Amino acid sequence: MRKPRMIGQTVLFLVMAAASVLMLLPFFWMLSTSLKEPGAVFLFPPQWIPNPIDWRNYTRIFEVLPFGRFYWNSIVFAGSVTLLQLVTCSFAGYAFARLRFPGRDALFLGYLATLMIPGQVVIIPNFILLRWLGWIDTYQALILPNAFSAFGTFLLRQFFMTIPRELEDAAKIDGCNYFGIYRYVIMPLSKPALTSLTVFTFLGQWNNFIWPLIVINRVEMNTLTVGLRTLQGQYNTAWTLLMAGSVLALLPILVLFLFAQRTFIRGVTLSGMGGR
Amino acid sequence: MAAAGKETSGRAAGVLATREPGAVRTKRGVKYSAIAVREILAGYGFLTPNLVGFLVFTFLPVLAALLLSFTEWDLLRPIKWVGLENYIRMFTRDPTFIRVLKNTTLFVLVTVPARMVLALMVALALNQSLRGTTFFRTAFFMPVVSSTVAIALVWQWIFHADFGPLNSILWMLGVSHPPNWLTSTQWALPALMIVSVWQGLGFNMVIFLAGLQGIPEQLYEAARIDGASGWQQFWRITLPMLSPTTFFVLIITTISSFQVFDLAVIMTEGGPANATNTVVYHIYRNAFQFFRMGYAAALAWLLFLVLFVITLVQFRYQKHWVNYDL
Repeated sequence: MRKPRMIGQTVLFLVMAAASVLMLLPFFWMLSTSLKEPGAVFLFPPQWIPNPIDWRNYTRIFEVLPFGRFYWNSIVFAGSVTLLQLVTCSFAGYAFARLRFPGRDALFLGYLATLMIPGQVVIIPNFILLRWLGWIDTYQALILPNAFSAFGTFLLRQFFMTIPRELEDAAKIDGCNYFGIYRYVIMPLSKPALTSLTVFTFLGQWNNFIWPLIVINRVEMNTLTVGLRTLQGQYNTAWTLLMAGSVLALLPILVLFLFAQRTFIRGVTLSGMGGR
Repeated sequence: MAAAGKETSGRAAGVLATREPGAVRTKRGVKYSAIAVREILAGYGFLTPNLVGFLVFTFLPVLAALLLSFTEWDLLRPIKWVGLENYIRMFTRDPTFIRVLKNTTLFVLVTVPARMVLALMVALALNQSLRGTTFFRTAFFMPVVSSTVAIALVWQWIFHADFGPLNSILWMLGVSHPPNWLTSTQWALPALMIVSVWQGLGFNMVIFLAGLQGIPEQLYEAARIDGASGWQQFWRITLPMLSPTTFFVLIITTISSFQVFDLAVIMTEGGPANATNTVVYHIYRNAFQFFRMGYAAALAWLLFLVLFVITLVQFRYQKHWVNYDL
């Protein structure tokens, strides 16, 4: 009975190991190309390990493009959207979950109804609005339309509903007002949901491509995703440079992911499961 | 119990305790106590920041897009009401739209089952308390957190017909005329499908894993005592017990596949000859390259309707295969 199981396990292990190599190979190829001399990419058969190793692509990319600025823009964009969503969605989630006021359920239904609608529907009117406001090529154009998510409100509201009311009653007896309850009871108890929303939103906006593509024209205002795209347009065959740029764009998120894997996976899946 | 009690006494206080000094009377004659008024004010106070943003950037734009879809507007000349013209035009006078609809449908029909079956297989393997599970899971999830733009760039290079590693491997394996991938009308769409499956697999995998871990171990023990083979256990226990998870994965994978955009922009720009043009890319082009705002809004609304109907059909059909009460 034991032997076939051992063999089965070993075969399975080998299959999974091979599959993992396939999954990781594109990343390896990206890294390897980014360390090649420009001419070495046209060798046959392709070099898997660059020889000699050439680091200059990583300095050159900062010369041909304001890559540091792209980083900063991505951080400002994804960071602000995440922070604003955490504040506004948790406020709204608390109101929907805990406070009684006329029109509450109708409003919540309105929020739910829009969850089904794909983002492409609102992109065009939002672009027209921002253009009319003269906000093209500004941070507020990048940030504001993404900062008030119906989805984030829904996610946090669902979590707040699971917190026992007894805890709030105790706080009320101690003289807490509604803001005190939100701040000292609800928020501290909701760390898992807040972390999920943080990871999901930050990642989503860091990788957001279509929105910056639409509201940004000036090179210096580009985020990393759209910045990489300009590189593709200008230096179509400069593969070493393109791959160095891709490595730099992926690096921060992949490092974060490797260090906080569980948090990432839980954040992405729990939020994703709320319905993307 | 205490919470429920509090709820009733709170409501009673809101409606009945009207002789309190701060009581407020509304138009319809409903009376709120001072406490209830404070709660109402707090409610609107907490809601307002999000509600304003939601109305301005989500709710009103949805309605605006619907109105816009009955107009013709290039942002310069005055806006013109054209009724259903945009919706008629997309099916009668826009061959590109018919093409992108076909491409996107084919893309969905191939990638959704592939992403689901492969993800389930990987999840089943990782559920075996195999050595190295953490590493495998990392490897499969890495593409999920990666920017699609960077991913698309490296795959564009991998698929390069002359110098890409894929064709050089195919040559070594004895394939004398490997496909030209991204420059071939026949192979460009399959190339995008491969990347999409590679990238989306990990997300479905972790959801399946969570579903698998929710199946009670006793069911398998009982089945083994009855002499059920591993195969029988899979068909009779795992699949039925997993069906709510599978249903959920089906819905979100279908929706996200229909919205494929980044890959097509970066890897092929919809080419060659529209072979990889997709619905969302068509919307983008009409709005932001041809400035046909009304027409693009109509296309976006059509996409919404298609997704809505597909989701509705999936919900209707679920009772035939999804088990919620095992």
